[in-house]
Amino acid sequence: MADIAVAPRAKPQLREATAWEQLRHNRNWLGFWFMLPAMGFLIFFLAYPLGLGIWLSFTDTRIGRVGHFIATENYEWLWDDSIFWLSVFNTLLYTFVASALKFAIGLYLALLLNENMPFKAMLRAMVLIPFIVPTVLSALAFWWIFDSQFSIISWSLKHLGLISQNINFLGDTTWARICVIFANIWRGVPFVAITLLAGLQTVSPSLYEAATLDGASSWQRFRYITYPLLTPIIAVVMTFSVLFTFTDFQLIWAMTRGGPVNATHLMATLSYQRAIIAGQLGEGAAISSAMIPFLLAAIMISWFGLQRRKWQQGESND
Amino acid sequence: MTDLPTRSIDLKAVLTASSPTADHSEGMSYLQSVPRRIVTLYLPLTIIVVILLFPFYWMALTSVKPDEQLLDMETYSPFWTWSPTFKHFHKLLFESYYPHWLWNTMYVAVCATVLSIIASVLAAYAIVRLRYKGANLVGGLIFLAYLVPPSILFIPLATVVFQYGLFDSPMALILTYPTILIPFSTWLLMGYFKTIPFELEECALIDGASRWQILIKIVLPLAIPGLISAFIFCFTLCWNEFIYALTFLQSTSNKTVPVAIVNEFVDGDIYRWGSLMAGALAGSLPLVILYAFFVEHYVSAMTGAVKE
Repeated sequence: MADIAVAPRAKPQLREATAWEQLRHNRNWLGFWFMLPAMGFLIFFLAYPLGLGIWLSFTDTRIGRVGHFIATENYEWLWDDSIFWLSVFNTLLYTFVASALKFAIGLYLALLLNENMPFKAMLRAMVLIPFIVPTVLSALAFWWIFDSQFSIISWSLKHLGLISQNINFLGDTTWARICVIFANIWRGVPFVAITLLAGLQTVSPSLYEAATLDGASSWQRFRYITYPLLTPIIAVVMTFSVLFTFTDFQLIWAMTRGGPVNATHLMATLSYQRAIIAGQLGEGAAISSAMIPFLLAAIMISWFGLQRRKWQQGESND
Repeated sequence: MTDLPTRSIDLKAVLTASSPTADHSEGMSYLQSVPRRIVTLYLPLTIIVVILLFPFYWMALTSVKPDEQLLDMETYSPFWTWSPTFKHFHKLLFESYYPHWLWNTMYVAVCATVLSIIASVLAAYAIVRLRYKGANLVGGLIFLAYLVPPSILFIPLATVVFQYGLFDSPMALILTYPTILIPFSTWLLMGYFKTIPFELEECALIDGASRWQILIKIVLPLAIPGLISAFIFCFTLCWNEFIYALTFLQSTSNKTVPVAIVNEFVDGDIYRWGSLMAGALAGSLPLVILYAFFVEHYVSAMTGAVKE
């Protein structure tokens, strides 16, 4: 565009940029090409399947057979299915208990790790290991730890004289629920702790010093300084935590596969069992579509959490 | 949502510092006596760390214990072994498809990660710097895509994969994993690109550089820490992925490590624990080693995703 073409026997004038040159510098046109690969993936393998999944839930598709539209029959069927309602109950219980405890323990661990002490960096790095190791593989370790005959926990308790018989960890409904929730907490705490630790480090120590001079107790320092300043990051972390706990699949599949008597079936594992193992794609899709309202609720919470943070930092919506 | 103020979290300091000032002074801790610190700090911390690490100790111990010691807990102490054996690893490496599975996992993870990083770099640059019409909206949509979990997508994706003829091939995973990775790494890289001074690009534009040259020669070299973070985190996510691999792959030799261990090693054999734990350990080690070298990048990826 910077070229100046001198026309013969006329006064110098700027050459018109050709359409191609204009296009080449057009932001929207360039933006389109830059976005193409990412959008391609997300549209073909995320947006399209998302829509397809909802469509499938209204059909009677099976593996190897094209389905027909059957309106809400799948949902009506699920409405009367006690196993489905059990899985909804399990999912809510699992999500609620695990998230609450992950938050409590994670926050406590973050506060502990924020103190000055020897080997700080190494401790913090070690804490994160459960989060790195593939969930299925650590779930297998838990499977072995909770084995009905050779559980190390039963062995230790027996030798301490606390119990006389092995605990049937994964065979008893209550114990199985406790065990999978424990394993989920074990895996989730490092994530919560390290992200909250990152948030804690933005809190100025002079605030605590000032509060201490004013005679605040350690609980008051936590309640009136740490907690309000951490709320925004807590909102985001907990949204993610709730979201991923709610849709958890691998931990359950590796440890119990939904058993005993469906006591640990989550909606995700039930939809896998119905859709892939039993081949009822339509019904499985209906179960997973039923998770969407819950996910939307979690996203709304995240959204309002973020809004609140903007307001707290005293910044306008730029 | 895309225009959130960047928060001044010093990512590298997450692992080392205890406060933003990081002056290594003891701060207010002199107010606490040593016994009090032991009870309120060291004791609970020790308990939590021991619980967090115990399953790995148990995994490692089981994988080197001889079979008879595994099941006889009365004659031998279960917490230690004096006669470690590599029998289980030998069985794993030479009598099973394990090397195959390891290779599959690695191959899928590297390909999917590279594809997603390329797509995310382009997308993040376009959103942050080209600022085309609707860039903010697209940024928000990508964030929403991050919140769509694989467990509601795997059923329709299975039919899609089947229609495209990708069923039971590594390509099925290489093409579907980016849907998990692209939203995350785009979001992370957007944060990094925002920190690069705009003036650098303006100078280059005046000197006649094209957008492509700017991206390759100016932005990317400055965003290398961000790229490493995104790469490592994506790689870990791929390695960890389970439900797609479980659904889309069928033949034993095509499987990835997590799926193969759960499906192929779990048989009725009462002595399976040794090789099962050896397989789990060998499957985790590559990630743990990678993590040990890049702790800071890892943490910055993790907190960066939340920060934005």
